This record gives sequence, structure tokens and C-alpha cells, in this order.
Amino acid sequence: MAVPSFLARERIVARPGFNRWLIPPAALAVHLCIGQAYATSVYKAALVAHFESSLTAIGIIFSIAIVMLGLSAAVFGTWVDRNGPRAAMFTAACFWSAGFLIGSLGIATDQLWLVYLGYGVIGGIGLGIGYISPVSTLIKWFPDRPGLATGMAIMGFGGGALIASPLSRQLMNWYDPAYDGTAGTVPSGHAVSLLFLTLGLVYLAFMMFGSFIVRVPADDWRPEGFDPSKVKARALVTTDHVSAGNAIKTPQFWLLWIVLFCNVTAGIGILEQASPMIQDFFRDGDASTVAVTAAAGFVGLLSLFNMGGRFVWSSTSDFIGRKPIYMVYLGVGMVLYVLLATIGSSATWLFVILAAIIISFYGGGFATIPAYLRDLFGTYQVGAIHGRLLTAWAAAGVAGPLIVNRVLDTQGTPGELVAGNYRPALFIMVGLLAVGFVANLLVKPVASKWHEPKGIDTHPTSPERSAAR
Amino acid sequence: MSSTNTPQGSTHTPTGLIAFAWALVGLPLVYGLYQTIKTASSLFGG
Repeated sequence: MAVPSFLARERIVARPGFNRWLIPPAALAVHLCIGQAYATSVYKAALVAHFESSLTAIGIIFSIAIVMLGLSAAVFGTWVDRNGPRAAMFTAACFWSAGFLIGSLGIATDQLWLVYLGYGVIGGIGLGIGYISPVSTLIKWFPDRPGLATGMAIMGFGGGALIASPLSRQLMNWYDPAYDGTAGTVPSGHAVSLLFLTLGLVYLAFMMFGSFIVRVPADDWRPEGFDPSKVKARALVTTDHVSAGNAIKTPQFWLLWIVLFCNVTAGIGILEQASPMIQDFFRDGDASTVAVTAAAGFVGLLSLFNMGGRFVWSSTSDFIGRKPIYMVYLGVGMVLYVLLATIGSSATWLFVILAAIIISFYGGGFATIPAYLRDLFGTYQVGAIHGRLLTAWAAAGVAGPLIVNRVLDTQGTPGELVAGNYRPALFIMVGLLAVGFVANLLVKPVASKWHEPKGIDTHPTSPERSAAR
Repeated sequence: MSSTNTPQGSTHTPTGLIAFAWALVGLPLVYGLYQTIKTASSLFGG
């Protein structure tokens, strides 16, 4: 599928002297916007009331979006690699914004199916394309620090929710003065409709800015002082290239799929239940010693660690290596889950620290995976390979909450659960992390039969440097 | 748009543009961080 010339990869090849530090904000402009997907709980109750529907029916909107994220990242990954980041970011901006605008129309006209189609399907495609759009470009601009580079962008996805949650509350308060953001007040459907309209337009402008400042490095470009021969010194880091089509035929791809699936499933188990979980862990009779406001604070703290872990752990992986850092995420994660299940209810501070570190590993797992893929498969089609791997996220998004909710359903009634009721679910997560840990241990360099032949053009196009840039 | 061409065909990215781009993404992030820390502080404030 051809793209208009102003979006084409060959138009955005940077000239010598271009400052690569303009690329991270371009990536962040996209990821901070699509990270709104984690802030849907802000207006969930309002949509339930507006459509006179159930939490499940409204929750499906988010589920559709995450499934579409995984599917579109997998399907459009090769297209993104071939056409470059500007075309991908531009397309993502159009889909993500259109999703909000159609969703707004659906809320304004009382048609829930339009919200499913808009935010869920169309917005979800924008999520998938937007998520992978800057990744391979960042890896190419920062061959010396790929973990830092992808950590910065994917940190933005975590940060997007931090911005969207308070901003949405503020906007809905403006559109419906009766809503003040405190517990017990619910904004009107009209306010949520206007919120969607506003976010759709703001996100369009932000993402377009990112798409127009992004550049790709020339084939022969290298950062000053960077010696690629040093990169090869690590056993799992290749200088060869594997196509996306071949990558999915290798055991390494599927081992990393299992690693990501297990890490995300375990993390979502806590994230999904964070607020009721901390209250249940410290329940004394009918009441919890942790107030509702403190529980909301706990959710906020987890968001901070989710975002911080993406940057800190992914950057750390540049120094200690990708395989060792996943041994930490999964191995130390197992120990932390066991501690949470056994002594987590002994003190609030202990529970908070354990959960926060677990969530930082969850974020770190997301942010480090593109660099791990680049180490194993090279930069040739790393975006497309990353896109295919994100199907693990879509699967984990279904499996994580399902495991936790099913287990808790067998343990008692919400509002009456105590710490012991969470133990079976937490030990299932330990088992999942153990599976991921073994899968990570089994990762070895990709067999040379999957490498692209030497001397072939492993660049999506043969770009001529932009006259304008 | 993002850079100034030099006679040699190389380019120079204006520092102002880099600062503007970082501010554009950094300021909302600071707002989000501030609001989240304010909420999270209720966990320790009782």
C-alpha cells in the first residue's frame, strides 16, 4: 500500500548533523496520547449510568481496544517498517482521533455499538500502529543505548494515563459542574461525549506534531564514538538480520512470546485489582483499615512505578543485558509474589513496597522487549516482529483478569474478601512467572539459517536524503 | 521545518526546536506526575 509522498520514508531521512534528541519527544508525543487507554476507568461509571448498562458491557470497550492493539500491531507491523515512522504516526493519529470522535457521537446519540466501533475497533487500530510506530526508529537512532531509547518511548505509554486521568476529571468537571471528581458523583453522558471530542482533537494535534518532527537515520549513520564491533561482544546480540516472516518460525520468537505473556499476565493480575486488593489485605471485620482515598493513592503509586520501571529497568538492560534483566523481572518477581501472598498482609508499607516493585517489573518487561528483539533478530524488521509479539499482550489482557476474577469468585463475595482469599491467584502468578523464567533461560542466538543473506538490502527502501531536512 | 541546511549539505537542528519539543511532551508529563503524586500521598497521609 503506497503512502502520499509527504509521508514516505525517503522524505524523512536525516542529513548529517541532525540531532537525534529530537526523536524521543516525537515518540513520546505519540505514546503519551495512546497511553490514555489505561485511564478508561475515569469515565467507566458515567458510561454505565448513561447507557443504563453493566460494567461488563462497558468494560468490553477497553477489551476490544486491547485486542485490536495486538492484532493491528501484528498485521500492520511490516507496513510500518516499510513506510517509516511518519506514515505510521500519521495513520495512528487519524485512527486514534477518529476513534474518539466516533465514540463521542455514539455517546451523544445513545448508541453503544458506535463506541465499540469507534474507541474499541478504530481507536484500537490506532493504538496498535501508534505503539510500534517509533520503536524501530528509536532503536536505529540509539544503537548504543536501545534499552534507554525504547524505555523512553514506552514510558510514555505509562505516562499517558497519568496525564489523561486528572485531565479527564478536570474536563468533565468543566462540562458538568455537578461532577466534582469525588467518590459518589458521576459525570453526565453529555460531559463524557464532550470529553471524547476534546481528547480526540487534542490527541490529533499532538500526534501530528510527533509525525512531522520524526526522522530516520541514513543507512551509514552512526552515533559519534559508537563502535558496532563492541555490540557484537555479547553472545545474544547479532549484527545479522532476520525478516519478520522468518522470525515467527524461530523458537526464540515464541520463547519471548511466552516470557511477555507470563510477565504481563502476572502484572495485570495486580493492576486490575489494585484498589480492592489493598483494602481486602487489611480488612478487619466488615471494614478495611485502608480508606478508599488511600486505596486510590495506592493505584496512583502503582502507575508511577509502572511508568518509572519502563525507563529505569529498560535502561539498565543496556548494561547488564536483556536475558539477565528478564531473569530479574521473572525470578525476583516470583519471590516478591510469594512474599506478597505470605507476609504481605503483615504491614501496609510492606504490601505497598512489594506491589510497587512487582509493577515496576511489569512495566520494565514491556519496555525491554523491543531491545531484546533487536538483539536477537537485528534491526531489519524489528518493528514488524515487535508487532507480532504484542499478540502476547492481547492474550495476557484477557487471561490476567480472568484468572484473578475466577479465583476470587470461588473465594467469596467482593467486599468481604481477606488476604488469604488472594493466595491461590497469587500462587498461580508465581507459577506463570516460573514458566516465563524457564522460557527466558532457553533463549539462545538465532540459527544462521534464518539470517538474511549478506549483501542484500535490509533497508525497507533505498532512501535518498531529504533535500528539505 | 526541523533544521537549517548548511552549504555542505549537512544540517543543524536548532536547540530551540529541541527544547520546544521536549517542553511540549514534558509539561503534560509533569502535570500528570504532580497530580498522581498528590493522589498517592493520601496513601501515606491517612
